[in-house]
Amino acid sequence: MELIWQGLVKALEMLVSLDPEIFEVTWLTLRVSGMATLISVLIGVPLGTLLALTRFPGRNFLVSLSNFGMGLPPVVVGLWVSIFLWRSGPFGALRLIYTPVAIVIAQAVIASPIVISFTLAAIQQINPRIRLQLLALGANRLQMLWSLVKEARMGLLAAVMAGFGGVVSEVGASMMVGGNIKGETRVLTTATVMEVNKGNFDVALAISVILLLLAYSVTAALTALQQRRSGQ
Amino acid sequence: MLSKKRYLPLIILVLFAVSLFGCTQTTPTPTTPENKDIILATTTSTQDSGLLDVLIPDFEKKTGYKVKTVAVGTGAALTMGEKGEADVLLVHAPADEKKLVDSGVGINYQLVMHNDFIIVGPENDPAGIKGTKSAAEALKKISEKGSIFVSRGDNSGTHKAELAIWKAAGITPAKGSASYQETGAGMGQTLTVASQKEGYTLTDRATYLAQQKNIKLNIMVEGEKSLLNIYHVMQVNPEKFPKVNAAGAKAFVEYMIAADTQKLISQFGVDKYGQALFFADAGKNEADLGK
Repeated sequence: MELIWQGLVKALEMLVSLDPEIFEVTWLTLRVSGMATLISVLIGVPLGTLLALTRFPGRNFLVSLSNFGMGLPPVVVGLWVSIFLWRSGPFGALRLIYTPVAIVIAQAVIASPIVISFTLAAIQQINPRIRLQLLALGANRLQMLWSLVKEARMGLLAAVMAGFGGVVSEVGASMMVGGNIKGETRVLTTATVMEVNKGNFDVALAISVILLLLAYSVTAALTALQQRRSGQ
Repeated sequence: MLSKKRYLPLIILVLFAVSLFGCTQTTPTPTTPENKDIILATTTSTQDSGLLDVLIPDFEKKTGYKVKTVAVGTGAALTMGEKGEADVLLVHAPADEKKLVDSGVGINYQLVMHNDFIIVGPENDPAGIKGTKSAAEALKKISEKGSIFVSRGDNSGTHKAELAIWKAAGITPAKGSASYQETGAGMGQTLTVASQKEGYTLTDRATYLAQQKNIKLNIMVEGEKSLLNIYHVMQVNPEKFPKVNAAGAKAFVEYMIAADTQKLISQFGVDKYGQALFFADAGKNEADLGK
């Protein structure tokens, strides 16, 4: 129990003293996971909506793929993305390996199926009559789709939170494609593992507390957005 | 009427996107080289001991290069070298390093430093190995007694050294049995496991000293020649792998054997642990080490 107390004290110390290293790591974590979530939303919401509203041969197979993708182990994604980004790989010339962009790519791959599947479920759940009613009231395609998105706001924000939660907490992919390089690709999760390996359990606990605080802050903000009374 | 509030989230997101790619401060350096990035593949022990936290910033300041230190196990580091995924290697598995040098993958192979391995175990020493002069003899006793031995099991330099000692003792460790447990993890983690299970393990002295506050293991065997832990640095051959940063790698090798750096290495750890964690060896004859 003393260890937990030490960890909490250390976390407080780091925050109050504005420890530059921990702030750098935290800021990078926020940027990388935020960017990956953003990309996954830009890809996932349209794709999820498309899958929800259309029927074509192979559609169910694609849906099952997306659902399967939600459970992809991050370290497996990291390994596969590494193979593409290594110098010996097809995209080696882009020199992306061991850069924050590589982590963003891997995390976007992890988050996208989550966002697609949640969006699909949220949109598909809407009463199909609403679609017809919107069109009957004179909405064009785009306006109808936008109204559906607003209608499914609850589920869509859950999608964003699930996507963000999934990537801010992963360590396997960040480790593999990022390399935990100080000042460049060290994020909160990889820093935690490193400190554990070094035997600095109090520091590891402190970092984990900061990670939890970060994840909670973002999720709380999104929850507030989600639970806002509609009619704005 | 479009309210400004609706666009706020969008503005925040755009700022995010921009900030991700912005702001890379570069401190002015005497000569900024053309290709700044060097990928250094090294072992977890050089990182975990904190030595690289001292050397890398010093090197970067002196040369203007930016080092991407990828600290994996020696096995992975050597493989990265074999595939040209790294520019320079700092590892401690001389037998395997030799293969790389012989095959022409590793060039400019230089001795850097050494420290030693020790066998540690629980205070009550069930296998009675404390003070045994020969490491192979000690492992033999552990095996005969059936006491728990915890191995790295991860192709690291330490793991390879451990396997070499078993070989010298003429024993094949009983993998998968309760008395030989492989963690597949780093030294710190392995020490924690050994401590919790009250078993023996082979560790480098530096990590042991750094972990002492967390574990209940004592030094059982030390000082024998087979327990020397020798570190070399080498470049990955640019003729075989044109994509490597040859100039940067060369600069790093030269840095590691430079007199100033060797001094830093020999002083590292003295203030914290009362003894140096590494012994600087550049330029020495390897056969003379440990005498």
